[in-house]
Amino acid sequence: MQHGKYRFIVGFLVAPLALYAIFVIWPFVQAIYYSFTDWTGLSPDFKMVGFANYTRMLHDDIFWKSLQHSLLFALLLPLVTLGLALFFAFMLNVGGRRRKGAAITGVRGSGFYKIAYFFPQVLSIAIVSLLFQFAYNPNDGVINGTLKAIGLGSVQPDWLGDPNLALWCVMAVLLWSTVGFFVVLFSAGMASIPKDFYEAALLDGASRATTFFKITLPLLWDTVQSGWVYMGILALGAEAFAAVQIMTVGPGGPDYSTTVLPLYVYQSAFRDANAAYATTIGVALLIVTLLFAAIVMRVGRRERLEF
Amino acid sequence: MKTTDTPPPVEPVEDRPQVAKEKAPPEKAKSSEGGVLNAFSHGILIIWAIMVVLPLLWAVMTSFKNDDSIFSSPWSLPDKLHFDNWSRAWSQAHMSDYFGNTLIVVGFSLVGTLVLGSMAAYVLARFEFPGNRFIYFLFVGGMSFPIMLALVPLFYVLNNMSLLNTLPGLILVYIAYSLPFTVFFLTSFFRTLPTSIAEAAFVDGASHTRTFFQIMLPMAKPGLISVGIFNFLGQWNQYMLPTVLNTDPDKKVLSQGLVELATSQGYKGDWSGLFAGLVMAMLPVLAAYIIFQRQVVQGLTAGALK
Repeated sequence: MQHGKYRFIVGFLVAPLALYAIFVIWPFVQAIYYSFTDWTGLSPDFKMVGFANYTRMLHDDIFWKSLQHSLLFALLLPLVTLGLALFFAFMLNVGGRRRKGAAITGVRGSGFYKIAYFFPQVLSIAIVSLLFQFAYNPNDGVINGTLKAIGLGSVQPDWLGDPNLALWCVMAVLLWSTVGFFVVLFSAGMASIPKDFYEAALLDGASRATTFFKITLPLLWDTVQSGWVYMGILALGAEAFAAVQIMTVGPGGPDYSTTVLPLYVYQSAFRDANAAYATTIGVALLIVTLLFAAIVMRVGRRERLEF
Repeated sequence: MKTTDTPPPVEPVEDRPQVAKEKAPPEKAKSSEGGVLNAFSHGILIIWAIMVVLPLLWAVMTSFKNDDSIFSSPWSLPDKLHFDNWSRAWSQAHMSDYFGNTLIVVGFSLVGTLVLGSMAAYVLARFEFPGNRFIYFLFVGGMSFPIMLALVPLFYVLNNMSLLNTLPGLILVYIAYSLPFTVFFLTSFFRTLPTSIAEAAFVDGASHTRTFFQIMLPMAKPGLISVGIFNFLGQWNQYMLPTVLNTDPDKKVLSQGLVELATSQGYKGDWSGLFAGLVMAMLPVLAAYIIFQRQVVQGLTAGALK
C-alpha cells in the first residue's frame, strides 16, 4: 500500500484543509489578534492597543448583562430541556409496561409522540422565532387572544415587550424547539439498554421512579452529558443569536433585557462599527464556551458503566 | 387518548405493598397502566404534543385567511381558502427567489461537504502519516468554537476575495463550517469498514483514488446518508452565516428573506401573505421529515451518540 501513498494523501487533504484553513482557522486566529487592536472595520488602518479592549469590556454594563443572559441560557435551559426530554423519553420507551407480555414498552401512542415531538427540530430557528413573535404579540397575538377567550381578559402581558418577561419568552421558544431532538436522542440511547435489566427490576417490584433513577439514568449518563454540552454550545451561540435577534426588537430586547453575547458581538461589529471590540467580546464568548464544556465534562464524570 | 388498556392477564408483582405508595390505590385504577400518576404523565405527554403540533396547524390555517380575520378571530377557521395569499407571497414577496437561492446554495454546499469531508475523513481514518492526529483534531476542534467569533474577520476575508454577498462565497463558507462535524463523523465511520476489500482492490492494481471512489465510497453510503441529512437540515436552516455574509437583497436565502419580509416596511400590513410565505418555507422540510422520518432521526442522532 506504499506506492504513491503520500501523493494520494496530499491530494485528498489539500482541498478540504485549504477551505477549512481560509474560512475557519484563519478568521479565528485573526479574531484573537484583532482583539488587541483599535480596528473599526471601516478603514484598513489600526494600531495595537494592548489590553484596552479587555479593560473596556470589564467596565461595560451591556457586556455583563449579555454574559449573565448567556450563562442563564447555557445552564438553566439545558437543565429544563434535558429534564423534560428525559421524562418524555422514559415514558415513551419504558413508562408503559405490562402489556402484550413484553417486559418493557412505551405508553400507548408512543410512536406518534416520537414523530410529533421532533417536528420543531427540522424547522429553521428563524421560522420558529417568527411564528412565536406573532403568537406573543400583545394586541393581536394568539396567546393573549386565547387568554381573553377563556375569560382571562385582564391578564394581557406584553410578553416580548416586558423587560421582565422577554428573556423567559425567548427561552420558552428555544425549549419548544429543542426538546424533541433530545427525546429522540434519549430514546435511541434507551433502546440500547438490555431488556433483562428492566425485567429484573420488574420482578423485584421496582416502581417506575426507581427504575428510572436506578437503571435508566445511570446507563444513559454519557448521552445525557454529551447532550448537555451540545445544548449548551447551541444556547451560547447560533440558536440564541437567531432567537433573540429576530424575536425581540431594538438593541437586544427592551432595555437590553434579552441581549446575549453572540448578539452583542454582532452589534458591536456591524452596527457600531467597532470590529476590534466585537472580537474581544467574541474571545470572551470563546472562553465561556470552552469553560462550560470543560466544567460539564468534569462535573459529570462518573465511572463508566459497562453493559 | 387516556389509558384504555384492558387489564393484563396476570401481573403478580404489580401491587406489592412496598411500591403501593408510589401508585394510585389499585381499586381506583381503571386500566393496567392506571392511576393518578399515569393520568398525570399521560396528560403531560398529550399537552406537549398539542403544544408542538398546534402552532404549526395554526400557521397553516392562518396562511389561508385574510388579514382582518387573522387578528379579529385568530382561532376561527378561514371563511374561504384564500389561495391568493400564497400566489402573492410566491411572486410579489420574492419567495420564489429565496427558494431558488436556498436550493442553489444548499445543493452545492451539500455535495461539496460530502465530497471534501469524505476525502479528508478517509485519509485520516485509513492512513498513517506524520501529522495525522494533528489535522484530525484541527478539524474536530472546530465543533466547539463559537462561529460568531470568526464571523467578524471572515466578513473581511470574504470582502478581500470579492466573495462577499455572492452565492459562491456562501457555498464555500457553508462547506468550511460543515467540515468539522462531517470529518468527525465520517472518520469514525470509515474506521468501522473492513479493510480487506480495499486492500484486495489495491493489489489488483486499482489506484488509491480509484479504490476510494469505486469501493470505499459506495460502502460508506449509510454514513454518507446520515451525515448528509444532518448537513442538509443545518445548511437549509442556516440563519447566522447568511445574515452576516450575504446582505444583497437579491441573494437572500429563505430564513433570512422571511425575517426581512417580516420587518421590512414595504411589506407592512400583508400579514396573510407573510404567513403564506412562512408556511411555504416550512412545508418542504416538514414533508421531507414525515416521508423520511426514520432516516432523518437516525441522521440527526447518530452523531451525538457516537
